[in-house]
Amino acid sequence: MEAEKQVPEPNQTPETGGPQWGRIVAWVGLLSLLGLVGLGLVRAQRGPVGVGDPAPDFVLTTYQGDQFDSQDLRGKVVVLNFWASWCKPCEQEAADLESAWRYFEPSGDVIFLGVAYTDTPTESQKYLDKFEITYPNGDDLGTRISQAYRITGVPETYIIGPDGLIAHDQIGPFMSLGQIQSAVEAALAP
Amino acid sequence: MKVIQKPQLRILLYVFLLAIIVGLLPLASAAAQGIDTSGITDDQVNAIAKQLFCPVCESTPLDVCGTQACAQWRELIREKLAEGWTEDQIKDYFSNQYGDRVLAEPPARGLNWLVYVIPPLVFFAGAFFLYRGFTTWRNLADEPDGEPEPENESEVEDQDEYLARLEAELKKQK
Repeated sequence: MEAEKQVPEPNQTPETGGPQWGRIVAWVGLLSLLGLVGLGLVRAQRGPVGVGDPAPDFVLTTYQGDQFDSQDLRGKVVVLNFWASWCKPCEQEAADLESAWRYFEPSGDVIFLGVAYTDTPTESQKYLDKFEITYPNGDDLGTRISQAYRITGVPETYIIGPDGLIAHDQIGPFMSLGQIQSAVEAALAP
Repeated sequence: MKVIQKPQLRILLYVFLLAIIVGLLPLASAAAQGIDTSGITDDQVNAIAKQLFCPVCESTPLDVCGTQACAQWRELIREKLAEGWTEDQIKDYFSNQYGDRVLAEPPARGLNWLVYVIPPLVFFAGAFFLYRGFTTWRNLADEPDGEPEPENESEVEDQDEYLARLEAELKKQK
């Protein structure tokens, strides 16, 4: 006796893959992964913050233990300098930055902040002593500040206007004291 | 017999003193920091350094990195070891100070856990789909014919007509 052959109904789709929920989970997982990779790529290619952008918020704890919250500094011009003791171009501008700080400090309208990027405390202190730097400096703990500003290296300096927007960005060292002074004065101008 | 003159003797003395000073400089530097690192070997430092990555160059382990930044970090490890810190304490310090990205094995927290979950997940999903694929192919191969038989006369005629048209078209092409 011949076995009866099962014939599918004309409108019935033959089952070819796994269960429906399995496919949905696989697609959702794959799309989420692609989304994450895409987001990472977009973030990586954004480049540093630029002039006119809102300055990312940060809290800097100095080597003396003082805390500077960027939100409390609104109304002042903030010169935020990223540096490292192993960075030779940083040495080029160190003395000029200190001179500029001494020039603007009496006004009370300007604050200079130094952020040591991936530096060791011992070497940072040696660097500060070598260039007799007196403005507040501290470690970039967890590299949070440098990541917020998406810096591409050191030195980089961001001058934040009293309105909290980036007024000047300096990628690489300042070439002279005059250059720092004019950038800060431009940020101070209403 | 050659006699050493007084000025030559003085120069020799200066050179000798200079050599002593230069030789003692590293010890003086460590002493200035109040840490004696002389008992810490390079192997001890590199055992931890190879678990960390260079802060400024992409994907370079700290133990083989030649930048000044890496040299300073290795020196920091040496100081911490001399202070009696354990390997985990030093790694935690670096992680807190410079972020999780300096660790060769990032801790499974935040988005980092994806690094540990996705590869095995993809492996098992791939194995599952391969298994299903092989099962389906084996079932197809077990069937008497690769293609289903036409069910009725009209379907056979349709196929013949189609084949005839296809052959005619092919002849035209020649």
